[in-house]
Amino acid sequence: MARPLTADDLPLPAPAPTSGDVAEAGGWVRGRRWWRRFARNRGAVFGLAVFVAVVLMAVFAGVLAPYDPLTQGVGPANEAPTWKHWAGTDSFGRDMLSRIIYGARIALVVGIMSVLLAMIVGVTLGLVAGYYGGWVDVVIMRVMDGLFAFPIIILAIAMMAVMGFGVKNVIIAVAVGFVAPFARVTRADVLAVKEEPYIEAARLAGVARPAIIARHVLPNVLAPIIVQAALRVSGAIITESGLSFLGLGPPPPTPVWGSMIAEGRNFIVMAPHVSTIPGIALMVTIVGLNLLGDGLRDTLDPRLRR
Amino acid sequence: MLRFLLSRVGQTVAVLVTVSVIIFALMRLIPGDPILMMLGDDFTEEAYQKLRAKLGFDRSIVVQYLIWLQAILRGDLGDSYLNHELVSRLVWDAFLPTLSLVVASMIVGILVAVPSGIVAAMRKDSAWDWGSMGFAIFVYSMPSFWKGIVLIWIFSVHLRWFPAMGYVAPWEDFWGGLWRLALPAVTLGTFFSGLVARIIRSSLLEVLDLDYIKAARARGVRRAALVYRHALANALIPVVTIIGLQFGTLLGGAVLTETVFGIPGMGRLTVAAILNRDYAVVQGAILLGVFAVVIVNLAVDLTYAFLNPRIRVA
Repeated sequence: MARPLTADDLPLPAPAPTSGDVAEAGGWVRGRRWWRRFARNRGAVFGLAVFVAVVLMAVFAGVLAPYDPLTQGVGPANEAPTWKHWAGTDSFGRDMLSRIIYGARIALVVGIMSVLLAMIVGVTLGLVAGYYGGWVDVVIMRVMDGLFAFPIIILAIAMMAVMGFGVKNVIIAVAVGFVAPFARVTRADVLAVKEEPYIEAARLAGVARPAIIARHVLPNVLAPIIVQAALRVSGAIITESGLSFLGLGPPPPTPVWGSMIAEGRNFIVMAPHVSTIPGIALMVTIVGLNLLGDGLRDTLDPRLRR
Repeated sequence: MLRFLLSRVGQTVAVLVTVSVIIFALMRLIPGDPILMMLGDDFTEEAYQKLRAKLGFDRSIVVQYLIWLQAILRGDLGDSYLNHELVSRLVWDAFLPTLSLVVASMIVGILVAVPSGIVAAMRKDSAWDWGSMGFAIFVYSMPSFWKGIVLIWIFSVHLRWFPAMGYVAPWEDFWGGLWRLALPAVTLGTFFSGLVARIIRSSLLEVLDLDYIKAARARGVRRAALVYRHALANALIPVVTIIGLQFGTLLGGAVLTETVFGIPGMGRLTVAAILNRDYAVVQGAILLGVFAVVIVNLAVDLTYAFLNPRIRVA
């Protein structure tokens, strides 16, 4: 006997065809193929190694650091590198190596947390703007255009002026500058995805709009968002270091690479190591993250894959 | 073309309005009472109410915004709380050194990037390619403020070739100005070159793969002539876009670089103003900086449409 059609009779929306060539393969196979592509990219592997090393340094700072990063006078002031102090000491006689190791914590926490925060806010705005369209889209995207016009470091400086100092405020200040790129990337892909037949099917099946966005749209726009996030972490760390260098970062005596470079500037003639060595740590981290981000972009973003 | 021009100018105005709302909102979010701060020791209840009414702070927030916008459109950015100088004067005086640093850096960046991008593309996958692209990532990843310190250490402290500090406007003393601007411009310019070299390489490789180049090669045009006479002009078009997209980043980089080299520009002005809670100056500096970015982007878009007619119709 015929019965009226219900949502259950409609074919289920097909799973995300994120990467054309392996759409039918399981996630595990897809992951392995991706890894093989990734592993061929020597720069990306180097970047990953640097990133893992910095993460380990930050996590095990307490074990790895030979001295307490805040204790003054563990050696003579401004002493060049020796066997006792591999990276020398600063003007307060603190061990530089220990401060650099602990500095990885602030860099990573601010870099990752601010990008995550920007990603959550930006992706949500991009999903809503792209899927709902109309005046919602216009209002959100015009505000994003306005934010996008600000150079990131200048926006961060302005935010620090508004909010005052502290690690939490640095995270927010850096994040604000990265919201607009996430919103734009997400919106652009949502506009394409929402015309797909499986979205149409879900809509006809009576799935509520927020559920369609979360379950069917988001998974299909995720790859470029992940790439964007990976590419932005280095920018976030550079921005944080810039704020700290200007004296607008986490307050002293917190070990922060940017402020260590700034402090050493006054001793550049007699003790160049105070300024130069923390910069090497910062630079190696940034090179690594940039190479890793490039590698992820080349292997994850289906549009760029050849 | 006229339609494209009008719509692009319209967009720019919309962005500027949004930017003004954002800056206005930021300035109102700052904790503390600006009227108390302006009055300082001259505080009396009567003076407080008078200034409050004069600045329109007793009206609705929309009216306050319109009053504020009207003043800015007249070029009135207020006075510095600190020394009562005109903010427009202070900000403009600081903007010129920063702008000259940005322009000098762009020139240095392009001078380095064009040859290294071409070499990398012409000898793809060779040691030249690896070397110049490795160099590009390296200089691009060095934070400008740290690179500046390293350059000072090498070229000022050790070799004594360039001064470590100071600024002279190139339009007052050309060679003296350039000599002082050299290290800061190399600092920021190499960052820019890293970015541009990678763009030139990939866009040149793309162009070299197009049919008209293949046809020219089939006619027996030599490889060097192929690149310089046929491919390069088209491959350089994306560089124009990058100048627009990265102008803001360069301005931000200049803010940090000039702090290292003691250049009296926007960075020093803004940071000092934040530490002194001189918010009229902070607001003026940010307004001018963002205004410059938006205008440069408009100019670049129009240039791009001029260079690449396909954009005009789209």
